[in-house]
Amino acid sequence: MVSQLVSSLGVVIAGVFFCALYYWLSDKLLQLALPVRDGDPRAASLALNRRAAVRPWLFLGPALLLLVVYLVYPVVATFILSFYDRSGTTFVGAANYVWAINDAQFRQSIFNNLMWLAVVPAACTFFGLVIAVMTDRIWWGNIAKSLIFMPMAISFVGASVIWKFIYEYRGGKEAQIGLLNAIVQFFGGDPQVWISMPFWNNFFLMAILIWIQTGFAMVILSAALRGIPEETVEAAVIDGANGWQIFWKIMVPQIWGTIAVVWTTITILVLKVFDIVLTMTNGQWDTMVLANLMFDWMFRGGGDSGRSAVIALVIMAAVTPIMIWNIRQANQQSGGH
Amino acid sequence: MAGVVLKDIRKSYGQVKVLHGIDLDVAEGEFVVFVGPSGCGKSTLLRMIAGLETITAGEMSIGGKVVNDVPPSRRGIAMVFQSYALYPHMTVYDNMAFGLRIAHESKSEIDRRVRAAGDILQLTPYLDRLPKALSGGQRQRVAIGRAICRDPEVFLFDEPLSNLDAALRVATRIEIAKLKEQMPQTTMIYVTHDQVEAMTLADRIVVLSAGRVEQVGRPLELYENPTNLFVARFIGSPSMNIIPATVAEPGDPTLISLSAGRSVRVPIATPSAKAGEAASFGVRPEDLVLAKGDDYLLEGTVSLVEALGEVTLLYVDGPVGAEPMIAKLPGIVDVKKNDTVRLSADPGKLHLFDAAGKAFPKKR
Repeated sequence: MVSQLVSSLGVVIAGVFFCALYYWLSDKLLQLALPVRDGDPRAASLALNRRAAVRPWLFLGPALLLLVVYLVYPVVATFILSFYDRSGTTFVGAANYVWAINDAQFRQSIFNNLMWLAVVPAACTFFGLVIAVMTDRIWWGNIAKSLIFMPMAISFVGASVIWKFIYEYRGGKEAQIGLLNAIVQFFGGDPQVWISMPFWNNFFLMAILIWIQTGFAMVILSAALRGIPEETVEAAVIDGANGWQIFWKIMVPQIWGTIAVVWTTITILVLKVFDIVLTMTNGQWDTMVLANLMFDWMFRGGGDSGRSAVIALVIMAAVTPIMIWNIRQANQQSGGH
Repeated sequence: MAGVVLKDIRKSYGQVKVLHGIDLDVAEGEFVVFVGPSGCGKSTLLRMIAGLETITAGEMSIGGKVVNDVPPSRRGIAMVFQSYALYPHMTVYDNMAFGLRIAHESKSEIDRRVRAAGDILQLTPYLDRLPKALSGGQRQRVAIGRAICRDPEVFLFDEPLSNLDAALRVATRIEIAKLKEQMPQTTMIYVTHDQVEAMTLADRIVVLSAGRVEQVGRPLELYENPTNLFVARFIGSPSMNIIPATVAEPGDPTLISLSAGRSVRVPIATPSAKAGEAASFGVRPEDLVLAKGDDYLLEGTVSLVEALGEVTLLYVDGPVGAEPMIAKLPGIVDVKKNDTVRLSADPGKLHLFDAAGKAFPKKR
């Protein structure tokens, strides 16, 4: 434990030192390359201007290089791979794309992903907003908020394990240990195998992500709600608006930008949903989503990098526009006005 | 149209008492200003009239109807907030129309009222703009316009000018005075800590301090006949010079002795029971003049001269009291630092307060 702490501290110090050294050295080299000599003010000012033009590229260089290696190169490589066969050696043209369009499981995944997109961001934002408003009015609001925020700290796999116990089904005469089945039995119903109930099981999986992400939506929206000037609400009270009208016509429009950021952030997360499906069903019983399908084709049954690359590109194409919009919104929020 | 009557209004937050029984009768069409130092409860009182704060005890009526439990929107009031409180996501037009839409007024009626308010306040060119595209003064006018649109019987202003710069504050103050003239039937209640606003706008001023009414009266009445030390100090700038004294010979006039052994005959009646008691002697800086000859009121050394052209302020370290006295003399006066000056005042302009700070009434 102590040795780990010491070594990680050492790494941090060394890292910062090498960064500082890099900036210092590169600036020194720049000064040597573009020297300022006494006597000729015009040449001197020219050299200083050139230095100012070069310096940002010099300082950003390492970061840009890493971005190219770890982001741009994989994108390009994936794009190229998508036109090759399963081992990535023979060019097959658009065959992988044609396969995807005709593949039933691919279509199923697209459909499921769309369902996730329609339900999860909306539910998280809605519950987050409602809870944020409610908890502002009660004395134990902060306790409730902490409890609701807590699932954020649990990994997706951990959360799935917890929810497996909720959806658990025991066959035969065995006592039901799953919470949901216990409740159903309490009200006189028959226990169900929730996880293998096609179509509806998608929603049972979504509930897990909603459980995790509502806390995130709640915290951000709660902060935004606190930023609303109290006087605008009081002015609306004097104008005769009731609680519902104040909420929808005065409060929500004032935090609209934040709602959009929360919504799109969760949307991006949902497009990449993987761990929950892998842990709960592994894509069986019609619950397959794109990320899991990509993983299956890449790493299971011998692997097919071509088809897997096509699926990866589809996910990327879906995420990119939302990401751009999200970043723009967030920039506007943080002082673009 | 309606007056506002407060009967023994009290407010407390848990154990903390904020207002200790306010009695006030505001006549219909009157312009009343609540003034007082910060924390005196004036804004709380206004918000209670608006219905934004509950009334802990007492009875409040607007237009003869008890409104203790009537929601703000049914009290016939409109309020202008210090921070304007405009709805940032709505245009100027929508800001003014919001209340009318909530009340389900017809489209044509809304349009008529909003445009009328826009005309009065010269906002017509800005009706389609969002508040963030307006200057501070324009925003303030929109806030007033929103209040006008509600066609209220009682207008409430909560320090409406304190967010404006000095020049705009004067201009907007005059606009509010004009607005009042255009609406003679509308009652207006205005909260401020700025005594200039209070003096220029009010029909009557209510001076509040620590949750109590210190004095209610016309602006000049408060200036000329403050009923206690608090009002005497609060109204007028620079504030009244207060000099500790004792009642040497009660009667009419009263002979008082100032702490440095000097005696002054003040033409104010005091009961004989007050003989020998401590008192406070007050004289306003602007009532002091340079004395000619030996007939003077006070004497002291000038510690600071502030020559403003129109007036000259002398800070005089007197033999009396710890604080320097201030004399406000008209025009330019040839007095230098460390000069010894003798000051006198018209006997009718002198004030005398008893040990508890209450004024001995002046002769009328």
